[in-house]
Amino acid sequence: MSDYRYLQEQDIPSFLAALRALGNRVLVPTLQKGTKESVVFTPWQEGDPVLVAKATVPAKAAVLPSCETLVTYKKTKNPDNYAETSLTLTETVEAEPTVVFASRPCDAKGIAILDNPYTKGIYKDPYYMAKREKLVVISLTCNSGCETCFCHWVGGGPSSPEGSDILMTEIPAEGTKAYVLQPITAKGKEMLAKSALKDGESVVALMNEARKAAFATLSPKPDLTEAPQKVAACFANLSFWAQETERCISCGACTYFCPTCYCFTITDEGEPTSAQGGRRLRSWDTCMSSLFTREASGHNPRPSKAERMRNRVSHKFATYPENWGIFSCSGCGRCISQCPVGLDIRKIVLHAIAEAGGTVHPPKQEEAKPAKAAPVQAPKLEEVKPAKAAPAPKEDRAEARAEGKQTPSANDTEPARSPAPRRTAKKRGFIKTSLKKSGTRRR
Amino acid sequence: MSGVTSQNTNAEHSELRILGFLCNWCSYGGADTAGVARATQPTDLRIIRVPCSGRVDPLFIAKALFNGADGVLVSGCHPRDCHYSAGNFYARRRLEVLKHFLPILGIDPARFEYTWVSASEGERWKQVVTRFTEQIHALGPAPKFEDSHPLHAMVDMALAPLAPLGTGDPQLLSSVKEAIRKKLPELDCVIGWKEGRDGLHTVPHFIRTEADLEELRIGPFAIHNLATYLPNYKGKKIGILVKGCDAKSVVELLQENLIKREDVFLFALPCQGILDMGRVDQVLGRYQHITSLKTDDKTVTVVADGKEHHFPISQYAPSKCYSCTSRMAQDADMLLGNATQIQGTPQTPPELAMLDAMSLSERMAFWKSAMDRCIRCYACRNSCPMCVCRDYCVSDSRDPHWMSQSDATREKLFFQVIHTLHLAGRCTGCGECQRSCPVGIPILALRQHCARVIRELFSGYEPGTDPKAVPPLLGYQVEEEHIKEREWK
Repeated sequence: MSDYRYLQEQDIPSFLAALRALGNRVLVPTLQKGTKESVVFTPWQEGDPVLVAKATVPAKAAVLPSCETLVTYKKTKNPDNYAETSLTLTETVEAEPTVVFASRPCDAKGIAILDNPYTKGIYKDPYYMAKREKLVVISLTCNSGCETCFCHWVGGGPSSPEGSDILMTEIPAEGTKAYVLQPITAKGKEMLAKSALKDGESVVALMNEARKAAFATLSPKPDLTEAPQKVAACFANLSFWAQETERCISCGACTYFCPTCYCFTITDEGEPTSAQGGRRLRSWDTCMSSLFTREASGHNPRPSKAERMRNRVSHKFATYPENWGIFSCSGCGRCISQCPVGLDIRKIVLHAIAEAGGTVHPPKQEEAKPAKAAPVQAPKLEEVKPAKAAPAPKEDRAEARAEGKQTPSANDTEPARSPAPRRTAKKRGFIKTSLKKSGTRRR
Repeated sequence: MSGVTSQNTNAEHSELRILGFLCNWCSYGGADTAGVARATQPTDLRIIRVPCSGRVDPLFIAKALFNGADGVLVSGCHPRDCHYSAGNFYARRRLEVLKHFLPILGIDPARFEYTWVSASEGERWKQVVTRFTEQIHALGPAPKFEDSHPLHAMVDMALAPLAPLGTGDPQLLSSVKEAIRKKLPELDCVIGWKEGRDGLHTVPHFIRTEADLEELRIGPFAIHNLATYLPNYKGKKIGILVKGCDAKSVVELLQENLIKREDVFLFALPCQGILDMGRVDQVLGRYQHITSLKTDDKTVTVVADGKEHHFPISQYAPSKCYSCTSRMAQDADMLLGNATQIQGTPQTPPELAMLDAMSLSERMAFWKSAMDRCIRCYACRNSCPMCVCRDYCVSDSRDPHWMSQSDATREKLFFQVIHTLHLAGRCTGCGECQRSCPVGIPILALRQHCARVIRELFSGYEPGTDPKAVPPLLGYQVEEEHIKEREWK
């Protein structure tokens, strides 16, 4: 039996039920009706409908809840001497085994991007780690590109495996929808091996074709290799940022709907001396808010929306790549489609590159559709090719992923990331020179 | 913990949580008088002393009711007897609005009362407390927001407009451009609309040059209410394109002295309705390219990925367009067309009609289900032209800590209550909050209900129609026309 599994649409509920029976919380996209429909990940229960549409809100909350309790604390007074108090702290690292079902590769890549600061830096975040270790991500590869999506600009693709444990691809089937499930990590492999699903080896060729076809639908992409340097070079050019953000209304939609934004704020709530005690909450924060950087003195280093958006774009396209070698953007396009005033981060980045005198080498039409020319290949599991997630990889790499060449590698439990560029001397030097010139303090 | 269980099972005999906000000068004294006279009264009430009933922000009451109070009582000096002359006159208006507002959230308005007790009226205080406590006991413990079963309901958008909707005069764009071109040298900037990520999706546009002007888009694509941007440009001379509904926001900003009339140049567009992009996007679904966009007098036709979609404005307008009676600004600096005269009475907006048809518990359940998906991005707040606190919103304040950072659904709804109550008598119903909501929560219904309450209580007052009018909650009358004295005993 191969590692691949075959799943028909009508068998999804029993598959999910089996996952639940193993003690997992299964998050699935569900349709929420309102003035417009939205798709939100909710815990699945037997009988709930399953929708495999791209979610309006990414599955980020599975590892980084919009609010979580870090510690609870209680202060008790000594009844014999009220001046004497004692404080008890209870750490509340909570993690439930969770399966995210039918997220998209961009959502999964978002989690891979969160993994860097939360699990690979000097300080490891125990709350995040606990949830991450118990998380299995089953991503549904996309059938086509979309007007607001740009995963291929930032090193991803409709079937890129970063952050996913299992990739699921829709294949043509008679009278029903059917999917092939491909394990990416050891966790995913184990989950599929334990499942009651049928072997999918016979349909792997169909899967590859479907992925290739999806890749072929993507629009031509610009080359963002120069983006980190060029976006950083625009740092002191505040009039540029003011112009780009003139219509921004400083809400937090772009950051809260972003699968890669990971900033949070910490608040202590409740009376420590009360019966319930106090609790320390960590909740999502947004750099679009004035409060994000307002200091106790009242001084704000980012007084206007121009500075705030500069921070957001620079973080995603300059400083994060400088630290971790990949863009902090999975190209899901939610910040574009969800923005009340239609701000488009793609345009801001392209404008920044142009402003700093760079080029994006727009590809010729025939280059944009490489998948058509390439022959269909069956995936070779022996052929280990660890993912290199440097900024803007070449077409052929993304294509390789589309073909399913991506295999469980040494990086089994770790999402793919570039081994090389972590604060290279050259890049640091570059930033320093630009700082000197501008004389602006950089956060 | 056994005490708690017996409280729940034996509600009639046990105490409930009733909160009282008492004015220091009258009612608190009245309560003291009753105490000194050793009057027998129920002990459910927990008193918070305030300097004046005018100090009681309706949010105090909303917060109490959201956080487990079974009843809230406000008591101040009798009207015309306020220690600070007029505090209770302001309080009377605010509290009356709140009392009428509560039912839309699914909260029984009988859980909140306000009345007047003077310092000498110990006996009356005893009666008030007894009556109110009995009233709350009759209602029982307040239903908990968390306990509601989810109720998903959808707004029925099959509506008939008061006057035909359409895409407007195709010749209008060139004359509008010409008018702006003439005026542009005198202005720092003219705010309009232009193409966004594709031809169908427009974005706000800041016109400074002739080249910018060429990008202007109007008609059904004049989606955003651009008045939101005006307070950002203090001291600059700004031209702004306004539809009839947008003009109300400009007038309201003038009423509140938040912009100066001489700094603004209003270009009034005749409007025949705009597209509800939320519903349009829903029909289009996932697409890659728009290859054709055509507009005839009634319909916008889009070809996306080879598939043709028709969007007749009469079916794809936001709800505000169906009951619109002022399609063009009247007191603008330049009228760019002729206004359509509209006869007829606006129907109840569909979002509100849906809630009106529900019981109190259904409404609570509805808001629980709807607000559950809110992620507090505050797009509703930031797109609101009347939300002028901007970076200093009460919801962001840490001291006082008005809103919990907890992502409990009731906290999310509580923010909507804050927003709505701050907009009471100021909201012009432009619907930007609802349009901006990325997860499609019909939050406009709360504002529409509040606007209805304001109309009923203040003789049909419509915000944003008269630049000289004082918003109702910023003033008072000694004898209110539509508010009973609430000599509640």
